[in-house]
Amino acid sequence: MVTNVTNFSRSGLFDWMAQRVSAVVLAAYALFLLGYAVANPDMSYAQWHGLFANSWMRIFSLMSLVALSAHAWIGLWTITTDYLTPMSLGSWATGVRFLVQALCGMIMFVLFVWGIQILWGN
Amino acid sequence: MTLPKILQVSVYRYNPEVNSAPFMQDFNVEIDGKDMMVLDVLALIKEQDESLSYRRSCREGVCGSDGMNISGKNGLACITPLSSVVKNGKLVVRPLPGLPIIRDLAVDMSIFYKQYEKVQPYLQNDSPTPGMERLQSPADREKLDGLYECILCACCSTGCPSFWWNPDKFLGPAALLQAYRFLADTRDTKTEERLSRLDDPFSVFRCHNIMNCVNVCPKGLNPTRAIGHIRSMLLQSGT
Repeated sequence: MVTNVTNFSRSGLFDWMAQRVSAVVLAAYALFLLGYAVANPDMSYAQWHGLFANSWMRIFSLMSLVALSAHAWIGLWTITTDYLTPMSLGSWATGVRFLVQALCGMIMFVLFVWGIQILWGN
Repeated sequence: MTLPKILQVSVYRYNPEVNSAPFMQDFNVEIDGKDMMVLDVLALIKEQDESLSYRRSCREGVCGSDGMNISGKNGLACITPLSSVVKNGKLVVRPLPGLPIIRDLAVDMSIFYKQYEKVQPYLQNDSPTPGMERLQSPADREKLDGLYECILCACCSTGCPSFWWNPDKFLGPAALLQAYRFLADTRDTKTEERLSRLDDPFSVFRCHNIMNCVNVCPKGLNPTRAIGHIRSMLLQSGT
């Protein structure tokens, strides 16, 4: 059993499952948006705005934002723990890895809040 | 493929007591066009330079001693014919990647064995020991096929990028194949304890299905499938 405090959950199984479930949500959202754009070639801004004014669309979008944040964190955490290790960076590794992870987390949080603002803001 | 009369062989050399850095040394080996095994070629090189170090024992793919990187792919030198690895009349032999070098083609496999030890690769059963033996149905015994045959040559684990980056945390395909060998054994009663030790982000889940392990296993085993079974068992016990 390897302990770790920076991964998404404390469980490898949960992270693995969250990664896959969030991927399905993101795929569904991307396909829906693509399908909507293809089905409405003469779409106006008002129609696009109207789509996002629907409650179900807001729920779907928020769900995708949550899925994106979880998916991105698990993925980037994995990359940082694969490549930013003492093997490649020596004794600086832990500090560098923690800083990069903190930066990733901050960017994800900013994008998440910004996304909510776009959906619900004025 | 026609093999040359004289084979060019490039061998990784490193003696930490003498060399400041590893280097590749070229040898010309008279093979007379014969499709011999890579191990035979190494024996001929050793006749030219007896300081060349490598491990070997059974020379028939059973002991797993002579795992090495042959023309870019891990394999056992004793059962790898030249015709399958010689490219443009040249053979390149390097040690198994990712492990510390002891000398030339001999690597330090301590971390590999440590990960193997972690999965407790032995049968554990709480019930009183029967007089004769623990019986198993032929169908249950069949579940162990493709798992017990591993000879611990380390070709798979040292071919796995996830093991290269985290050899101390990710168990690696060889150890995970054995982890599943005992999870799948109906005579073992420690399934829950075994699974609970594997549910962290590294031990099992650092496997990204790259499948180098399947590609290189000299015994034709499939660690990726075994890892998939472990994931399924964890999912079933955890949801």
